[in-house]
Amino acid sequence: MTVLLSVQGVTKRFGGLQALTHVTFDLPEGQILGLIGPNGAGKTTLFNAINGIYPPEEGRIIFREKDVTTAKTYDHARMGMARTHQIVQPLNDLTVRENVMVGACFGRENQSLGHATDTAAEVLNFVELAARSDQLAGSLNVAQKKRLEMARALAARPYLLLLDEVLAGLNSSEIGNMVEMVKSIRERGITIIMIEHVMKAVMSVSDRIIVLDYGEQIAEGTPEEISNNEKVIEAYLGDPKLAEKLLREQED
Amino acid sequence: MKNWRNHLGLLVPLLVVAGMVLWPVATGNLSNRENSFTILKAIALASSLNILLGYTGYVSFGHIVFYGFGGYVGLYFVNEQGWSIWAGILVGGISSGLLAFLLGKAILRLRGAYFALATIGINEAMKAFVNNFDLFGGPIGMTLNFSVYRAYGGAAEALRLSFYIMAGLTFAALILSHLVRTSKFGLGLQAIRENEDAAEVMGVVAPDAKTWAYVLSAIIPGMVGVLFFFKNGNVEPHVAFPLHASIELLVMVMLGGQGTVLGPIIGAFAYQGMRGFLVTSPIFKDIQLSVSGVVLLLIVLFIPAGAIGWLRQRIPSLRRVLA
Repeated sequence: MTVLLSVQGVTKRFGGLQALTHVTFDLPEGQILGLIGPNGAGKTTLFNAINGIYPPEEGRIIFREKDVTTAKTYDHARMGMARTHQIVQPLNDLTVRENVMVGACFGRENQSLGHATDTAAEVLNFVELAARSDQLAGSLNVAQKKRLEMARALAARPYLLLLDEVLAGLNSSEIGNMVEMVKSIRERGITIIMIEHVMKAVMSVSDRIIVLDYGEQIAEGTPEEISNNEKVIEAYLGDPKLAEKLLREQED
Repeated sequence: MKNWRNHLGLLVPLLVVAGMVLWPVATGNLSNRENSFTILKAIALASSLNILLGYTGYVSFGHIVFYGFGGYVGLYFVNEQGWSIWAGILVGGISSGLLAFLLGKAILRLRGAYFALATIGINEAMKAFVNNFDLFGGPIGMTLNFSVYRAYGGAAEALRLSFYIMAGLTFAALILSHLVRTSKFGLGLQAIRENEDAAEVMGVVAPDAKTWAYVLSAIIPGMVGVLFFFKNGNVEPHVAFPLHASIELLVMVMLGGQGTVLGPIIGAFAYQGMRGFLVTSPIFKDIQLSVSGVVLLLIVLFIPAGAIGWLRQRIPSLRRVLA
């Protein structure tokens, strides 16, 4: 198993705020890694660091055996890293097809316009947006815009796909569709990191899960290990033994 | 077949401009030729600005700096060094392109209003510089030595030639605009216009793409400047770098429809028509620029996509023809 992405001791501060503290993990090729944690835990910041939006203060990011810590985000894209945004970022005045073509033209394969047209057709078919190819991206609804984000990222033919809350704001049948889509993307051999709040979904698709809390990596393991981890339960729900402890203190 | 349809969007603009070139030729009327020259010049400049404003989404309030600077450099070589007008136009275009390249590296990292402000500053700084630059005649400018015209068969023939060169430059501007629009490079520019951050995440190398867009939008204005000053016979700093001309160009592009090939043509035509009416009307002749300001305001408020954009939104089947 080759390591596709290696995050080594990544630390990021915003002024006095410690956004990430020594986050370290290796991601083998072909896996789905779930990234969970309460709001403000630093999940999207970690994505931004991996993706080159803002370089970390400390630590290194190795992608396909190259140090990409300080590379620009477009260099990452050209090397085969694609992402979707938590808040969708459609190119409103371009058509759905043109949006996807941007991904294909400037992504890893650096496709020509003609080739990108074919790629766009194929990918739009996959995300079930083919019927809307000629519509302006701004006219799509939220669920469709999320699928457009996915299509743009896939059109780049990435090795690594970063999915930032693709399920947020979707209803339960849309969630089901999206989960199936994520699974079939993995079957194409694309490695995935996904940030997700919908626990049932992230538990069912992830091979491994990392939990962040206040920028620290508090747990890492299989979905089963994570769901039984005390620290994780505490981060999400507060201290599970708090009531017990308080009772004991009263008795003393 | 598919290729032919891709270039349908260029057909209407080419026909419109061809008509404008043939009109004075057919009527043989000198005043028609002067009018046509003015409109063609506006089309060439507006189409060039459109590459930056319409495709890339960067507002330049000082685009006329490339016209003035290129024009000065070209005229200097034609007048003082005895170069032909062809070589002068070439060197004018190249020097404007170079200026844009250097400026682009410096100010294209600014976004929105900050970039627009910087472009105004550059125009004014260039005007001040030329005002004090003795090689270019300082505040007096340069007057063309009339013997220069002799090489072209006298003044009348030189003016006639200028008209045809202007027509050629206008066609070049349209073809350039169309090529940028339909290329992969142009797709990257449009992605930058819609959302620069998202475009970079998708792999568009925005700093390079913006710089090249700026360079491409500067070359033809530089060439037009040389030709216009050659035809005019002289150049002075305030004629070469008029801030209001930059704003008039913005109005033309916005009026016709930014980000389309046809838009700047319609806008330039309509604006020059309106201007011609206003400067000859007893009521408006002194406040002609204020009317332009009001027009710009109305466009921004009510039809931000311009005339062509408005039509495209109403009648989607026109999208392919009205590119």
